[in-house]
Amino acid sequence: MHDVAHDETKAVYFWVWAGLIFLTGVEVVLAYEQILQPVRMLEVLLVLSVVKAALITLYFMHLKSEIRTMRWLLIISVMACFALMWIFFFPDADRILHLGVR
Amino acid sequence: MATVQHAVSQDAFEPSLFGTYSKKIGMWLFLASDSLTFGALLFAYSYNRIANPAWPTPFGRESIANATVMTACLLSSSLTMVLGVLAANRGDKAWTRNWLLATMFFGAAFTVLHAMEWTKLMGEGMMPSSNPWAATVPQFGGTFFTLTGMHMLHVTIGVIYLGVIALRKKFLPVLLALWLVGWLVTPAGSIFHYGVHVLLIGAIVSAVILFLKPKDYDAHDVEVSGLYWHFVDLVWMFIFPLVYLMSTKI
Repeated sequence: MHDVAHDETKAVYFWVWAGLIFLTGVEVVLAYEQILQPVRMLEVLLVLSVVKAALITLYFMHLKSEIRTMRWLLIISVMACFALMWIFFFPDADRILHLGVR
Repeated sequence: MATVQHAVSQDAFEPSLFGTYSKKIGMWLFLASDSLTFGALLFAYSYNRIANPAWPTPFGRESIANATVMTACLLSSSLTMVLGVLAANRGDKAWTRNWLLATMFFGAAFTVLHAMEWTKLMGEGMMPSSNPWAATVPQFGGTFFTLTGMHMLHVTIGVIYLGVIALRKKFLPVLLALWLVGWLVTPAGSIFHYGVHVLLIGAIVSAVILFLKPKDYDAHDVEVSGLYWHFVDLVWMFIFPLVYLMSTKI
């Protein structure tokens, strides 16, 4: 059994942290400006959140350094579950919105 | 009675399919299952948010600023945590403990700020089954408190977990003191007057673990606790925009 060595240095972790803080700032600015409709805003914020989650998972949780089997099994299984939730729930939520239910 | 000694060789076991030690795989599996719990709560909140045009937007500048500071606390705690893992990997016990304590500080700051936010909202009349801003959307309080409460519980458990790894038995009196202070300081009518008992339960569970299986926690234990902590941070990266930024009153 091999133990995974983490190649990242302190500098890499500080850069990732700075990137995460920057993306959080972008999200807050988007919320303050309110230039997007709720559904579009949700999509943009979700994309930014997925980018932030990927940075945390790959660098801070060292998934980047794990072996391929573990990396892809985890990513594919969790993503498949989320995709199922997305496919079933969100079109319905959007449909209710367009039906004009108050 | 004679004791049979079994010779254990590395070759006696098949190599792990995932190429790492079992407690790390166990934590990853737990996190995968926990992500589905949070995923369901986040989807429930987002579904209701999109499907209700009258969804309340109670979070003004003060709340957004508070939530942004909370986010910065969690992100900074992830940085100190990963630096703790780095120190543990090079065998530097003093810095491992220092970075873990810094992580606990940021986590505790997050919890206190969050508790203040909850207290403010409840002071304005927000309850799990009702809110003062939109009578037709009673589910706002329920979805908000369930999602953020579940996350707050995870952060609290994370702080206790890191305390056990960093200080071992020395952490128990600290935890009991925090519980007592929290219980005495919070008003009797506050939900946190009862919520603070999580610390007492945490102290009992930690004591059972520490006294039944005392050990020096090594770099692997620090890394596994780090996985849990980063996951808590990761979940907040979805809660912050979905709950706060999607309901701004600016």
